[in-house]
Amino acid sequence: MRVMAQVAMVMNLDKCIGCHTCSVTCKQTWTNRTGTEYAWFNNVETRPGLGYPRGHEDQEKWRGGWRLKGGRLVPRTGGRARRLARLFANPELPTLDDYYQPWTYDYENLTTAPLGDDIPTAPPRSAIDGHPTAITWGPNWDDDLGGGPDQLAADPLLARMSEQVRLDYERAFMFYLPRICEHCLNPSCVAVCPSGALYKRVEDGIVLVDQDRCRGWRMCVSGCPYKKVYFNHATGKAEKCTFCYPRIEAGDPTVCSETCVGRLRYLGVMLYDPDEVGAAASVTDEKDLYEAQLGCFLDPDDPEVARAAEASGIPHDWVEAARRSPVHALITRYRVALPLHPEYRTMPMVWYVPPLSPVVDALTGSGHDGEDPAALFGAIDTLRIPLGYLAELFTAGDPGPVEAALCRLAAMRSHMRRVNLGEEQDPRIAESVGLDEPGILELYRLLALAKYDERYVIPTAYTGSVPDPGGTGAGCSLDGVGGPGMMPDGAEGGPGLGSDFGEFDPDAFHAPPTAGSGTSSALRGRVNLLNWNGKGRPDGLFPRARGTVRTEPEL
Amino acid sequence: MRHLHTALWGVLPYLTLVVLVAGTAWRYRYDRFGFTTRSSQLHESRLLRVAGPLFHYGLLFVIAGHVAGLLVPESLTDRLHVSEHLYHANALIAGGTAGLATLAGLALLLHRRLRTPAIRAATSRSDRVVYPVLITVVLAGLTATASGATARSTYDYRLGVSVWFRSLFALDPDVTAMAEAPLVYRLHALLAMALFALWPFTRLVHAFTVPLGYLVRPYVVYRSRGRGEVGAGAGRPGR
Ligand code: HEM
Ligand code: SF4
Ligand code: SF4
Repeated sequence: MRVMAQVAMVMNLDKCIGCHTCSVTCKQTWTNRTGTEYAWFNNVETRPGLGYPRGHEDQEKWRGGWRLKGGRLVPRTGGRARRLARLFANPELPTLDDYYQPWTYDYENLTTAPLGDDIPTAPPRSAIDGHPTAITWGPNWDDDLGGGPDQLAADPLLARMSEQVRLDYERAFMFYLPRICEHCLNPSCVAVCPSGALYKRVEDGIVLVDQDRCRGWRMCVSGCPYKKVYFNHATGKAEKCTFCYPRIEAGDPTVCSETCVGRLRYLGVMLYDPDEVGAAASVTDEKDLYEAQLGCFLDPDDPEVARAAEASGIPHDWVEAARRSPVHALITRYRVALPLHPEYRTMPMVWYVPPLSPVVDALTGSGHDGEDPAALFGAIDTLRIPLGYLAELFTAGDPGPVEAALCRLAAMRSHMRRVNLGEEQDPRIAESVGLDEPGILELYRLLALAKYDERYVIPTAYTGSVPDPGGTGAGCSLDGVGGPGMMPDGAEGGPGLGSDFGEFDPDAFHAPPTAGSGTSSALRGRVNLLNWNGKGRPDGLFPRARGTVRTEPEL
Repeated sequence: MRHLHTALWGVLPYLTLVVLVAGTAWRYRYDRFGFTTRSSQLHESRLLRVAGPLFHYGLLFVIAGHVAGLLVPESLTDRLHVSEHLYHANALIAGGTAGLATLAGLALLLHRRLRTPAIRAATSRSDRVVYPVLITVVLAGLTATASGATARSTYDYRLGVSVWFRSLFALDPDVTAMAEAPLVYRLHALLAMALFALWPFTRLVHAFTVPLGYLVRPYVVYRSRGRGEVGAGAGRPGR
C-alpha cells in the first residue's frame, strides 16, 4: 500500500454569514494586481444563484472535469489530440463577461470637475482599458438572491429541478457557499495543461501553476469544472488558488481560514491511497462517487497505514497530525462533510458540512419547534426541495448522504439543547444517527466551539529525505521549468525536450511518484509573491543559472 | 552593387540565423516567464475562434509549402515525373489558398486587436513591430505566388530562389541566383529575415514551445516541493 498525504479543508456552511471577509483578504494577498482584477481565488456565492463565473456549473457548456468514455476517464473537453488541435482558440474559454468586467472609479473627477450646479461624481471606468463603462455585472451580483427569480432561473442546478420545486424552494431558503480551488486528488486542470505547468505537490497535495513553464495555452481555465484557474491577462499566464502554501508550509492556516469571521473552516491532513484514486474516479454511477472517494482515504489510526505512510516517506508528525485532523474527523468519522460536485470526477478535497439552518428556519417559520428532534427529522425528510438542491451540490443528486449528514447535525442540536436546558438526555437521539454521546459531544466541540487549535492541525513542511542534488539549496515550488520533474521513475518530461519516456505508459491514468522518492525541502530562495505586483521580475521568481549574474532583459 | 548583393544574400541570412538562435536561447534562459502566447481570448472570443485557427492552420500549410518548394530540388520532382505544369498549378492553388487563409486570419486578428479596446490596451511595443512585418511578409509572398500565375511570367523560382536557399545550408551562398530574382521575391526574403530576427524578442517565441510532449505524458503531473523533481533525482539541465 502506498500512502500520500493531502492538506484538505472542510467548511461548515451553517456558520457562513456571507460577509466576504475571506474573499477580500484573499484578494489582498494574492490577486490585487494588474491582470488579475477579475480573479477571486476565494469567492462566496449565494445559493441558489448563478455563481462566479456565471453558471459555471453547466458542464454541457464549459466542459470542465472528466467524463467516462468506454470505462476510461478522459477530460470532458476531449483527449490530448483534441486539446492540441484547439490550441489556437479554446472553444470553451469563458470571457471576462462571464466573470465580470472589472471597474474602478474616476475619483479625480471629484476634485477636477468644472464648477457647476451639480455635485460631481466619480464615474465608473473599465479597469481593463480605462474607458468609461457601465457596470452591468459583478463578482457577486446576485448576492443574497439579488436580481430575483429571473437571475435564479439561470442557476444550472435549479434548471435540473422542476418549475414547481423552484418556486417553493425560493420561498424556502438560501445559503452561502464559499469556494476556493478544491486541490483535487484527480485534478482535470493538471490533466489538460499541454505544457505540464500545473502539478500536484507530492508532499501536501497542493495544486500549483509553474509560472515559468506556463505558456498561456489557457486550457486549464476551461478544464477546471469549478472554474478556479484564472488567466492573468497582463502576464499571459494562468494563476490559481495556492492554498496559501507558504503559510501551510509554516504550519499556519490559509488566509481565508485565518480571517474567516464565522470560524467555519477546518484544515487538516488526509491520508489516501493514490493507487485507488483512478478506479474511484471512474465508477460508473455518479452517485457512487462520494462513497468511492471515501474509499480512497486511509485511517491513520490503523497501525498498518501508519507503517505504510512512513515507508512512503511521510514523516511521523504528519501521521500524528492526520490522527488529530479535524478534516478527517468531519469527513470519515462523523460523515457530516460532503464533497462539492463529486460528479465532476476530480475528487475534490475541500468538503462542506451542509447547512441545516435553512431547514430549522423553515420549521420555525411554520410555527414548529425548530429543535425538537422529531419535528426536525421529519422536516429534513419532508423538505425535499432544499434536500434535493443540496444533493445536486454535494452528492450528484443522491439525497441519502445529505439527509444522513443533516440528521446527524440535527441530533447534535437536539442533544445539546437538552444538555443546556438541564433536561433529561435521550440516548436514542444519538443512536438514531449512529453516534454515541461522547461522539456527539466531540462533534459539538468541533463544530460549535471550534477552537483555533482544533480547527487547524497543520504539520510543517517536511524535511527532505533525498539530498539536494546540486547542493545549492536554492529552489522553490514554482521552480523547475524544463526539468524532468513530472515523471515517475525518472522519465524526462517537458515539451520539446526530446524526452526519454522509457517504458512509460502515457495512458496510465495516475502516475504518482514512487515511495520515498524526491522529497526535499528548500525554503530558501523562494520569491515572496505577496509583495509581487506582477510587473517587475523579482529575484528568485525565475530560475537563476548557476554561477551567472542576473541581468534584466529589455523586453 | 555586387557588394550589396553579397551582403544581403550572402551575409544577412547567417546574421539572421545567429540572432534567431542566440536570441531565443538568451530569452529562454533569462526570460522564461516571457514565453507565452499572451492570449487575448479572455477579452474577445467570438472573432478569435475564427481568426486564430484560420491564421495558424493557414500558416502551417504555408510553412509546409515552403519546405516543399525550397528544399525539394526540381531534379527530384522531374525524376518522379511530376510535370512542370502540374507542380506549379498545385503550388498556386494549394499555396495560394493557404496564403489567403493566413492573410484573412491575420487581417481578422488585426481587426479585433484594433477594434477591441481591451486588446488594444494589451498590445505591446513588440506587437506593434511584429504585426506590420508579418502582414508585409505574407503580402509579398502572396504577390510572388500570384505573379507566377500570370501568362507573362517566365520566372521559375525553383531554379532561382530555391537554389539560393539550399546553397545557404551548403555554406556556399549562390548570391547571383537570388540577385537575379524578381523584386517581390527579394522583398519577401528580406522581410522574412526581418521577421526571423525579431522572432526571439516578441510573442512569436510561443511557436517554439508547441507542447508536443503532451501527447505522451500521463494526465496528472506530480512534483515534489523541493527541487521539483520526483523520481530520478537528477538535476535539471542547464541550471
Ligand atoms: C504550431 C505552433 C503555434 C501555436 C500552437 C500557436 C498558438 C497560438 C496561440 C494559442 C495564440 C493566442 C491566441 C489568443 O488566445 O489570443 C497565438 C497567437 C498568435 N500567434 Fe501563434 N501559434 C503557433 C505558431 C505561430 C507562428 C509560426 C506565428 C507567426 C509567424 C504565430 C503568430 C501568432 C500571432 C501574431 C499571434 C497573435 C494573435 C493576436 O492575438 O492578435 N503563431 N498563437
Ligand atoms: S478545483 Fe483546483 S485542483 Fe480541482 S480541477 Fe479546479 S483548479 Fe484543478
Ligand atoms: S469569511 Fe467566513 S463567514 Fe465570512 S463569507 Fe467567508 S467563509 Fe463565510
